[in-house]
Amino acid sequence: MIRRLMLAAVVAALPLVVIAADARRDAILADYAAKARAVDPGATAFSAQRGETLFRTKWTGGDPRTASCTACHTADPRAPGQNAKTGRPIEPVAVSVNPKRFTDPATVEKQFTRDCKNVLGRECTPLEKGDYITFMAGQ
Amino acid sequence: MSVRPLTPTFTLLAAVLLLLACPAYAGDDWMPPVRDATVQKECGTCHMTFQPGFLPARSWSRMMGSLSDHFGEDVTLMNDKIEIIRAYLTANAGDVVNQGRAAKYMHWVAPGGTPQRITENPDFLRKHRFPESVWKDPKVVTKSNCLACHSSAERGVFK
Ligand code: HEC
Repeated sequence: MIRRLMLAAVVAALPLVVIAADARRDAILADYAAKARAVDPGATAFSAQRGETLFRTKWTGGDPRTASCTACHTADPRAPGQNAKTGRPIEPVAVSVNPKRFTDPATVEKQFTRDCKNVLGRECTPLEKGDYITFMAGQ
Repeated sequence: MSVRPLTPTFTLLAAVLLLLACPAYAGDDWMPPVRDATVQKECGTCHMTFQPGFLPARSWSRMMGSLSDHFGEDVTLMNDKIEIIRAYLTANAGDVVNQGRAAKYMHWVAPGGTPQRITENPDFLRKHRFPESVWKDPKVVTKSNCLACHSSAERGVFK
């Protein structure tokens, strides 16, 4: 009986955990939106399509071993990836299969800084970061 | 002949003897794993959480002072994180541990030397003389990917 009650509680709490994660992701997006408007007051809303282009484009400014985000995160965001430089496996980046994604602002920012420098040879703009997360949130 | 059940004392003795006979757990190949959560997170998301016992303290100190060019990559961290990691790595470095596998690696480090690549240590090279095809395996990617073949490497067991 107690076991069943506990199970019910866990099942009932699951959507709450997901909602909390969604709220944290929304806060990160809101922060990038504010930063994008600070750069350009006329900045448009985030676009999943632009995010996908950022994800798939083969850039020429960065490390040739990692010309695109897909070099490590693979072409399918729902699939597990592998670090192209170290071989370490990477969990899927699509939010639908990995709801923890893009929920810790410090980790997200640190990783954007590193990965954009690796791939594009420059930092990503706040608009690009918001686009990327918006794309992954719909995957 | 009747079979007597093993006494608890005998069972314990047998277990201890077995453990001593098994080098992966009790002897030479053991490399104490990283137990610090900050080190595990910051050093273990991009590559394996390498054990500090593979390099002397001065190597780790040099590495923590040059994160803007970490094997060609800028992996700068906040200063507070850097100091936590530096403290842990130097306190558990090879020249501090100085036994088992760590001592074997330290044997090859020049006095005052600050090597950065674990995979250039002669003790590593001695045990990894493989044909090029092994290194080219897509699972491997690079020599520092211990986990490709040693699945318990992060726990300190390099079988
Ligand atoms: C060299 C391999 C590599 C490449 C190329 C790469 N990433 Fe990553 N990325 C990682 C690793 C490793 C992590 C951290 C491990 C994890 O989050 O599972 C990560 C995590 C992230 C995160 C944090 C996700 C979270 O849940 O907090 C973001 C954001 C990110 N990457 C964006 C990008 C973008 C944008 C690109 C392309 C411009 C890119 N990555 C290309 C390796 C890479």
